[in-house]
Amino acid sequence: MSLLTAIRPAFGRSLHRLRRDLGFGVAGAAVQFVAWAVPMSVPWLIYEDTSALGEVMLALTLPLVVPALATPVLTRVQRWRFKALLDIEITGPKVAPRQLWYHLLAGPAVAWGGVLAVTMALVGLAAATVYIWIWGVPLSWRVEHVGYSTKAAYVTVGGVILLALAYALVGALARLDVRAATALLGPVPAKELERRVEDLTESRAGAVDVADAERRRIERDLHDGAQQRLVSMAVNLGLAKATLTDLPDEARQVIEEAHREAKDAIEELSALVRGLHPAVLDELGLDAALSGIAARAPLPVRLHVHVPERAAPTVEAVAYFVVSEALTNVAKHARAERADVTVVRTGDMLRVVVADDGEGGADAARGSGLTGLAKRVGSVDGTFGISSPSGGPTVITVELPCVL
Amino acid sequence: MRAVIAEDSVLLRIGLVKVLQMAGFEVTAEAADAEGLLTAVEEHRPDIAVVDVRMPPGFTDEGVRAALLIRRQWPDTAVLLLSQYVEERYAADLLTAHTSGIGYLLKQRVADVEEFIDALRRVAGGGTALDPQVVAQLLVRRHSDPLDRLTSRERDVLELMAGGRSNAGIAGALVISESAVAKHINSIFGKLDLPVADADHRRVLAVLRFLGVG
Repeated sequence: MSLLTAIRPAFGRSLHRLRRDLGFGVAGAAVQFVAWAVPMSVPWLIYEDTSALGEVMLALTLPLVVPALATPVLTRVQRWRFKALLDIEITGPKVAPRQLWYHLLAGPAVAWGGVLAVTMALVGLAAATVYIWIWGVPLSWRVEHVGYSTKAAYVTVGGVILLALAYALVGALARLDVRAATALLGPVPAKELERRVEDLTESRAGAVDVADAERRRIERDLHDGAQQRLVSMAVNLGLAKATLTDLPDEARQVIEEAHREAKDAIEELSALVRGLHPAVLDELGLDAALSGIAARAPLPVRLHVHVPERAAPTVEAVAYFVVSEALTNVAKHARAERADVTVVRTGDMLRVVVADDGEGGADAARGSGLTGLAKRVGSVDGTFGISSPSGGPTVITVELPCVL
Repeated sequence: MRAVIAEDSVLLRIGLVKVLQMAGFEVTAEAADAEGLLTAVEEHRPDIAVVDVRMPPGFTDEGVRAALLIRRQWPDTAVLLLSQYVEERYAADLLTAHTSGIGYLLKQRVADVEEFIDALRRVAGGGTALDPQVVAQLLVRRHSDPLDRLTSRERDVLELMAGGRSNAGIAGALVISESAVAKHINSIFGKLDLPVADADHRRVLAVLRFLGVG
């Protein structure tokens, strides 16, 4: 019982697959019959003299010419067959030379394979059931062939094997058909790759834009929420400090401490928000936003921005991030006296150069902020270059396409 | 002295009212957007309007545009802009049109109540108050040849000067004597080929012109 319950689903699945593959094969054979066998046999039927040269020529050329002419129709029919019977979607160009290979070679080969499989199945069925129909054979024959029942055992085994082979062949043919069809009727590999790259580029640009929009949203939320509250708190504490002059020293100290903490928190929050996405970047562009970074840098920064036409918002955000990160690095590691930032738009390319007169030796491969920088640049298809010989100077060059 | 406040954050507005009252101003109206501000200024003709840069509906530069309008239409009303960030282009826009009765400070400066009140009185009295960060940014932009000739002390003095401080204010901020400040200023004018002027007003004007916004 338990064995039966275990076998039944597997058997059911095999049966289902067999039925599906058979139907699929029969439909394929029907198409081949119309496309190939009929054109070949028509001349034979028309001509009475079966050896006429013209007839032979026709019989040989028609099965080539008809499928060639009917390629668009045949391709559509075959695609429909795959979709309807196997639920395999094959898309591609309406007509392509490759498709003819399917209609002339792969299709007929599979059809002939199907004929072979059916023959095998019929013979196998007859042999496997030999014990049943042998009783129909006249008694005299059976008397003559003494020991036939022993032979019949071999025949039965052979029949079962043949049936199994036929079953396997049907499945194999279906798989072969699918592979041939997807390769020959499907899209051109290079074109498909191109389409895929396009899709990926698009979806990545979408992801980058989403991340950018998210940064903006967080910036707005912080600006309208936490920052305002902190400022208001600092103002109240400042008022308390200024008005409550008759408090005991300890209380005054607590207020002063809180006041300082609040102001520090505002500074920190502002720095965080600026790193996310400064509002001024959206409103006034790179020039204004970058002059803010340059002014806050702990070393003198010479800033030159020439961007006559604004780049895409996401690209501007990346350029801003590049300068911000690069100057942070300069301040932290380079021991530089000064830095030069140049942002110039030429055509559709935004070129960002950050140079310092520090000790050099920066290495983009060694983790740190430089890797993140390179990645962010890569996210908009930009190029990232760094030259930092030991002893300096360090020059970071980034080129960004202005339009995504 | 009468004041009008335009600030969309209610919390901060309450704080501002308190600070202004402490400074001896009478707050005649409060507004939450630029339109309300302009109506209030027209009605009350205050001595000063304290204005948030980022206000509804656009949350971009409503305050700046309103400030420019106020300065043009009602020249007797001084404007002190408050901003969460330094948006130096806005400051430049303002200073190109007017160099007196204008202030531009970061919001967090309000927390340093005494200094803020000082700036408030200065602007209301027709002076200028620029946030040190704004000045620093303006200096970055004009980080050109003449400035390189200044010593770092002279740069400090110039920044404070551009911020609208008097000699006494600069002396207090840098912890030096007033005569030292005067000496530095003379030296700055010398290095920058600017004519020495006695009125504070013309001094700021000269500095701003040097910064490239006047």
